[in-house]
Amino acid sequence: MVISTEGLSFNFGNQQVVKSLSLQVPEGSIYGFLGPNGAGKTTTIKLLLNLLKTDSGSIHIFDKELQSNRIEILSQIGSLIEQPAIYLHLSGKENLMNRALLLEVSEQRVDEMLKLVHLTDAANKKAGKYSLGMKQRLGIALALLPDPKLLILDEPTNGLDPNGIIEIRELLIKLVTKHQKTVFISSHLLAEVERMATHVGIIDKGELLFQGSIKDLEGISQPQVQVEVADTVDAGNFLKKQGFTVTDISEFHLCIPFNSKEQIGEINTLLNKNGYVVYSIHKIHKDLEKLFLDITQKA
Amino acid sequence: MLPLIIYLILFIGFFSHSEKLSTHPGVLLWLEFSGPVLFVMSFLLPMLIVFIGYSVNSVEHKADTWKSLFSLPIPKWSVYSAKYVYALFLVFLCLALFVLFILGFGNLLSVLKPSFKFNQYHMESTLAKVYLKLFLSSLGILSIQFLLSLLFRDFLKPMGIGFVATIAGVILANINWDYAYLFPYSHPILTVKNVLPRNMGDGGGMPQITVDLFTKDIFVSLSVAITVFILGYFIVLKKSVK
Repeated sequence: MVISTEGLSFNFGNQQVVKSLSLQVPEGSIYGFLGPNGAGKTTTIKLLLNLLKTDSGSIHIFDKELQSNRIEILSQIGSLIEQPAIYLHLSGKENLMNRALLLEVSEQRVDEMLKLVHLTDAANKKAGKYSLGMKQRLGIALALLPDPKLLILDEPTNGLDPNGIIEIRELLIKLVTKHQKTVFISSHLLAEVERMATHVGIIDKGELLFQGSIKDLEGISQPQVQVEVADTVDAGNFLKKQGFTVTDISEFHLCIPFNSKEQIGEINTLLNKNGYVVYSIHKIHKDLEKLFLDITQKA
Repeated sequence: MLPLIIYLILFIGFFSHSEKLSTHPGVLLWLEFSGPVLFVMSFLLPMLIVFIGYSVNSVEHKADTWKSLFSLPIPKWSVYSAKYVYALFLVFLCLALFVLFILGFGNLLSVLKPSFKFNQYHMESTLAKVYLKLFLSSLGILSIQFLLSLLFRDFLKPMGIGFVATIAGVILANINWDYAYLFPYSHPILTVKNVLPRNMGDGGGMPQITVDLFTKDIFVSLSVAITVFILGYFIVLKKSVK
């Protein structure tokens, strides 16, 4: 395990922000740390980086206790917390050079990083004049600069346009598959995490509600197919008679959970053969809120 | 940076001011030339330190980089002490430049206007000593202000505390309170007071300038500096980075 915590708790005053968290992040994984705003994601990340003092519980990173091996552990972590921390009066390159100086990294590596995040053209522009996306990319470059084994990214795609999001996603997948890195990435968007994560942890109000591989999560959030038909009530009743469970009937469409692609075809054929005109049919995933409800109700 | 502007203003101030200086003998001329600045410095220095302490830390507050600084594989001790040493260096640089400018402009004036008798007397070493003493006397304030600026994100808290304490220091030193030497913010003005009146009060004769470098206020200043510095480190160690 790259990160493993046990009974991790943290209070801000009287308010308990992180409750007895037990994270298990295996090596070579992209661990998606999901939760709505204010769930305790950033606090957890700050605990992992030893920026906040743990109230109780333990943190082991690379199988070493964090508190007593702080420097050794931090030297293998690259991190981006909330908005990237950038000196606005310096240019992008100066920001990286400044960090490179502290970490004893070569200038060549700085140029590589600038190229990697497509900031070479804007390298000598003041970071204060960067757009949100550019700042975010510079923040990612800063995190990647020391070539860390573990990347801890707090909402790295915040403020990026779709292209930027795809680029970051591909970059992270490449880092994990080709360079054997481990990525711990927090987000409040399930869809984003689903596309790249191998493992998922879901946190709400400081409590870890779910943890496991992405397959386990798919098991819980059973995908559904949304069918747009002419007469939803009749069609729904018909499908129920055929042994399908219909979870939602509205004026325009039906929602039916499915287990395999063949089932979708079957639904389509059945409806068509029996005179129900199908206008559209597509898969939907439960959104995070529904998933939370599901998970909390199960617990 | 900030100190540079102060020097520039002083530059100009010196130049126009020194035009009015009469043809005093060398010693008095030097005293008149450096005295007012020294006098102003005793008030100005604590405020200057407030600014320096603030500017060194505000860079990180503004860019929100404390979190990334402290998540680097660098001991917290190094980050903290490097910041402090830099602030120390800025104060030293500032005072050293004052000495240089006073000497430089004094000599420049004697070249430009031969009627000035700056070259009759040399007070380089005395001046250096006075400013060295000022530097030492300011260390207590520096430690306190540095820590305040590190802890508080905004400018008003360290500034307000520094301002009030400076005024208190000036008052305490001027009413000749016996224990003023225990209060760090009184140290610069005590230093200047101990240097100037003795010289000026000597009447018509050639004033003897003696600088007693290690007086008890300097010792208090140094011990406050060291205590607060070490205390500050433990606060930083315990402090959570938000």
